[in-house]
Amino acid sequence: MSRILRPAGIAVLLVAALVSPAFACAGLIGPNGTVSLVRTTTLAAHYNGIEHYITAFSFQGGGGRFGSIVPLPGIPTKVERGGDWTLQRLISETQRPLEEARLALPAAARSDQARVILETRIDALDITILEGGGAAVGRWARQHGFLLPPDAPEVLDDYASRSPIFMAARFDADAARRRGQRVGDGTPIHLTIPLRNPWVPLRILALGKSANDAIRADVYLLTDRRPALFPILHPGLSLRHSAPASPELMRDLRTDKNMDWMPTTSMWLTHLAVDGAAADFSYDLAVNADGPGRPSRNLGGLPWLAFGAVLWVSGAAALVRRRFQ
Amino acid sequence: MTRRRFVLAAVVAASLAAVVFTSVRALTWAASSQTIEVTMHHSRFEPSRFVVRRGATVRFVITNTDPIDHELILGDEGVQQRHETGTEPSHGAVPGEVSVPAGMVAETTYTFSRAGVVLIGCHAPGHYTYGMRGAVVVVY
Repeated sequence: MSRILRPAGIAVLLVAALVSPAFACAGLIGPNGTVSLVRTTTLAAHYNGIEHYITAFSFQGGGGRFGSIVPLPGIPTKVERGGDWTLQRLISETQRPLEEARLALPAAARSDQARVILETRIDALDITILEGGGAAVGRWARQHGFLLPPDAPEVLDDYASRSPIFMAARFDADAARRRGQRVGDGTPIHLTIPLRNPWVPLRILALGKSANDAIRADVYLLTDRRPALFPILHPGLSLRHSAPASPELMRDLRTDKNMDWMPTTSMWLTHLAVDGAAADFSYDLAVNADGPGRPSRNLGGLPWLAFGAVLWVSGAAALVRRRFQ
Repeated sequence: MTRRRFVLAAVVAASLAAVVFTSVRALTWAASSQTIEVTMHHSRFEPSRFVVRRGATVRFVITNTDPIDHELILGDEGVQQRHETGTEPSHGAVPGEVSVPAGMVAETTYTFSRAGVVLIGCHAPGHYTYGMRGAVVVVY
């Protein structure tokens, strides 16, 4: 029986990957087009029931202000500047030759007003953590100078139905220039979120994009065990690295700023590269950090029809494999 | 085998009947009413297809449930293209052209003087391309 289930599980993971984006990923809602986010890098580390979400917003020149909306899977207990080399160190770690590679949330707030949970400024970034339904968060964003593209109402509603928590990050390009930030310089943000399992929003990456626009991002996961991912088969998503984190990596990350939460024991490092067309990214990446088992279909934003297709393909894969064994 | 074919034919016939019944209901509803209620939701018109009689003067009551501004412009392809490249910040004075701010309700009245198809569109930046469009079929 297990010989049948194992390939089925693998197929589920593979098919699921066909359609995902990630947590460090944000939808750019820029008003004037003079500033844009390029490739985004994100770490979603999960240890002891706490998610440490680290992403960087890069200064790309231009002037004025621009911002991003990032859906969050839970309410952060801490928002602070991320370490100086964590993301870069992860990139260097996985640029080696490729290997073969909810905390229960309250129902989406239906209030007319988004609730501001936390506000802080990190370098030239104004960070606001919001709780509210899609329309309420959209209204808040508009009132604070964001220009929402036409797909924003649907995308925000979709995320709010799963988690009514959002992070609005507003980059003050003028302040960045005064601080001496150069084009390409990133400001890492570290969010600490109590959470049963990480959840990486990928659909938000396509916000405001045309169907053929390229979406590129790197998503890193650090978990106690090899995680189960859902979905895992996606034209724009590829598994680039899946192996125990090396002692050198663990030591390097642990010595970075605000990274002393990392255990002295090893963790499992997963690297997913997002590189596809905007139309490919219609749902998110759900992670079961405990390893075996299926991550939540709901957290991945996967419709029942697509879920059924995934199960059908996985069943077919199991049969094919059985036939050839 | 014959019985299986009969069941299949019955299922197909029932499906067709359901489609026709639904269409006729929609047509009757629109044709017999001088007020059409339209909802703007997720940057779409709901519903997006209407049938009215030639000569009818229809009052459109439009509810925008989105957190972003929309507009409803009635007219042929030329009108839609003019608005797509136009720079008017808001509408309201011209019949069949109305801006609907986020979360608000607005009205416009339009007389369908000729049979044919009249297009509906929202021309806030990117909205028409995104698919915020519809059509009114004007029948004799």
